[in-house]
Amino acid sequence: MSTAVDTIQANYDAMDRPLESEMTLSMGPQHPSTHGVLRLELKLDGEMVVRAIPDIGYLHTGMEKLFEYKKYQQGIVITDRMDYLNPLGNNLAYVMAAEKLLGLEIPERAQVIRVLMCELQRIASHMVWFGTSCLDMGAMTPFWFTFKEREKILNIIESASGGRMTPSYFRIGGLMMDLPAGFENRVKQFLENFPDALETFDTLITGNPIWHNRTKGVGVISREDAIDWGLTGPCLRGNGVELDLRRHNPYSGYETYDFDIPTEPDGDVWSRFLVRMRELRESHKIVRQALERLKPGPVKADAPKVVLPDRDDMRKHMDSLIHHFLIVAEGFNVPEGEVYHAIEASKGELGVYMKSNGGPKPERVHFRGPSFVNLSALPTMAEGEMIADTVAIIGSLDIVLGEIDR
Amino acid sequence: MTTSLHDFVEKIRAENADWVQDVKDAHGEVTVTTPREAIADICRFLKADHGFDMLADLCGADRGPEDDPRFEVNYHLFSTRHYSRLRLKVLLTEDDPTVPTVTGVWKTADWHERETYDLVGVIFDGHPDLRRILLPSDFDGHALRKDYPLRGYEPYSMN
Repeated sequence: MSTAVDTIQANYDAMDRPLESEMTLSMGPQHPSTHGVLRLELKLDGEMVVRAIPDIGYLHTGMEKLFEYKKYQQGIVITDRMDYLNPLGNNLAYVMAAEKLLGLEIPERAQVIRVLMCELQRIASHMVWFGTSCLDMGAMTPFWFTFKEREKILNIIESASGGRMTPSYFRIGGLMMDLPAGFENRVKQFLENFPDALETFDTLITGNPIWHNRTKGVGVISREDAIDWGLTGPCLRGNGVELDLRRHNPYSGYETYDFDIPTEPDGDVWSRFLVRMRELRESHKIVRQALERLKPGPVKADAPKVVLPDRDDMRKHMDSLIHHFLIVAEGFNVPEGEVYHAIEASKGELGVYMKSNGGPKPERVHFRGPSFVNLSALPTMAEGEMIADTVAIIGSLDIVLGEIDR
Repeated sequence: MTTSLHDFVEKIRAENADWVQDVKDAHGEVTVTTPREAIADICRFLKADHGFDMLADLCGADRGPEDDPRFEVNYHLFSTRHYSRLRLKVLLTEDDPTVPTVTGVWKTADWHERETYDLVGVIFDGHPDLRRILLPSDFDGHALRKDYPLRGYEPYSMN
């Protein structure tokens, strides 16, 4: 027997009393709309957010510490696990920082493949953002369509690298291996069908009046504040700032591709949404151009002391075998120095600060995650909005907690 | 590319000759080592007069317990107008790892400085809310210091 309910006295007085003007609500860390384990401490006045204090660190695994104990080539697998929606972007930032220190020249074919894979990954990342941010606001249907498209891209990435979520496909000095047979056709097939999928998304959401009501004028940040808070990527372009590192600090041959930088002027959730939707079309354009440029050639730099030799060479040449042994057993020494290399990841500027002391392990690796910085601006956007709009704002920031907490 | 970056260095030097202690040019990046007392003033000067309106990154590093100065803080400045990057570096000793905050110059420095305080143990003077950000508030030590072990157990409490 015993229901504790029997012992509770109804307190009608308390019901009659008005709410105190402010209450604190802890949103997360298990809240589904926080995209992982983000906790927000919300100070509320009724339903209005007076203060929002993000609390992060639930996924902290000490990755930056781990880099210092791993050889340069071993660090690549750690980067996969940071922004797990855009692992190839993380790979690229990391290996390019190391290549900058080593002064390696990357062959043309490897660079084209890097661009191609990164843009596919960007589409996949935006698909997750689109699906989940709609889901947060109660629109369930788009989620299934977007994950269908993402699945196709993950299959393509798997065919090349062997991993779906953790490809580790880019290596210092080039790629893990060349593309498999039939890869071009798979990408072509995806490219052919993708515009139809975009049409579907537009039909479902972009023209939807409920969506307009939920997003327009919500979570506004001014242009000056956006730059001051260090917003990058689609979040900054949603403020009308034309900044895209693929164009303005080009890397991996992006300066030779023809694409537009979509911007929207309003700085609200709707602007950030539109920028990403238009970016999908630009990525589609870049993948198509990259596919046309794929010409046979080497995919690894000519640096036998850094790049693992081909399997076949190891069977025939003594020196290849020695290099292989030394790279695996001892690693390669990277000249002393420090670099900061930034790329345009799907969420914004992904910067890698790498410092070498001349040995086979880095002295310091720091990741400037775009999600980390974009999330720090959340209070500015959310204060003065409703709780339900906070969910929309988090969705529009497109954060990944794996990268924030590292 | 780096010639235009050296122009900025010259402009800092023209403003105040003491602000530039050392200049390094490597891998297409220019690093200016500056005295720590002046860092906020230099940042304010570069932001106001030379278009470095964004702090792309701020990170600390530990050079190891034997080195003196032991710590360094790197400021990666970026401009959304001329798209150039400049790195400012401040060196700190183990006895006194404090540096003035730049949260008054760029708001984004808030979380970067908290992270650096949390993991490297650099104290940012004048920071409005210098708490740990990634590790729990009762964590002992600073995980990214070279003398902090990679493995081991930290007694954990729910306080």
